[in-house]
Amino acid sequence: MKERLVQLEVLRYNPDTDTEAHFQRYEVMCQEEWVVLDALNKIKADIDPTLNYRWSCHMAVCGSCGMMINGEPKLSCHAFLRAYEGVIRVEPLAHFPVERDLVTAPDDFMEKLKRVKPYIIPKEKKPISEGEYKQTPAQLMKFRQYSMCINCMLCYAACPEYGLTPDFIGPAALTLAHRYNQDSRDGGRKERQEVVATHEGVWECTFVGACSEVCPAHVDPASALQQMKITSSIDWIVEHLIPGGKS
Amino acid sequence: MSRNPLIREVPPTSWYFRHPRYLRYMSREITSIFIGAYCVLLVVGLQRLSAGPAAWEGFLAALKSPASVVFQFLCLVAAVYHAATWFNATQKAMPIQIGEDFVPGNLISGAHYAAWAVLSVVVLFVAGVF
Repeated sequence: MKERLVQLEVLRYNPDTDTEAHFQRYEVMCQEEWVVLDALNKIKADIDPTLNYRWSCHMAVCGSCGMMINGEPKLSCHAFLRAYEGVIRVEPLAHFPVERDLVTAPDDFMEKLKRVKPYIIPKEKKPISEGEYKQTPAQLMKFRQYSMCINCMLCYAACPEYGLTPDFIGPAALTLAHRYNQDSRDGGRKERQEVVATHEGVWECTFVGACSEVCPAHVDPASALQQMKITSSIDWIVEHLIPGGKS
Repeated sequence: MSRNPLIREVPPTSWYFRHPRYLRYMSREITSIFIGAYCVLLVVGLQRLSAGPAAWEGFLAALKSPASVVFQFLCLVAAVYHAATWFNATQKAMPIQIGEDFVPGNLISGAHYAAWAVLSVVVLFVAGVF
């Protein structure tokens, strides 16, 4: 199996002893088909057991191993070493506080995710005896793309609006709000609008579009947010400009 | 062990140099300045028109100066670039679902380009170019 010597420059931060972060360079022999996460695992196993980072599935499903690789938000299990030349710079996801080395604090995202109520709020509750809530394939396709989010937060690391204005609810949480708004079984749009149709909601988005470019699940948050801007504008027009209109 | 997370500030005036996609975004936003400036030019033209024939003729002569021609050319380039970026974005903002499938995005953007071309011809016709 073909091997090559890979150099990685990894951001290190120890909250117990450091006041700022610094880069540490590692040289590690890697197999040609490895990803950046494999290289980090090899460093941790053979060179430096103090290196900290998160990972779980190693197959771009769990969304745990997001990092900045050469300045680009990537899942490190999805970043093949053969795609890079020279020293590979590995940093924690941008825009999130660094807990230690490559581990970031996702608390802000988790709190925002809760605020958009990312679950079905039934239009009308019915007893189990009445059977399931049915949905046609066309109704499913209306939101399916937006249900593929793996909460990896790469879109937050790519979004300059979130970096500059941390109050912004952000791409993934708003996209999940859209996913449930679009679901034929759901009746919770009005509740979600209290968070979505605000300055911190969709109106903080200036359509940079970076979220959709970096999404490893091809969710396209930028499209979800622009669609919510249109529906929120229609709500406003109906409420304020049409006599007797209610959003 | 208490938490002591490291906060990394985003530089407020230079963040867009971090990645080419941010520079592309800023170039789209900057076109708005030219479009705004051209709107001011149109308002000044209206004001000159209301001030009488002599003022209007003076305004038209000023439009033909080299500096004015360069300015108008820059505004045209900015407006075309601005329009193109938004037409390309329409497929994200206005997806059309027919049954289980979505209309290809290129068709949605293409329809906007087609409408743009037709309206431009109409405007040129009304302006007496043909």
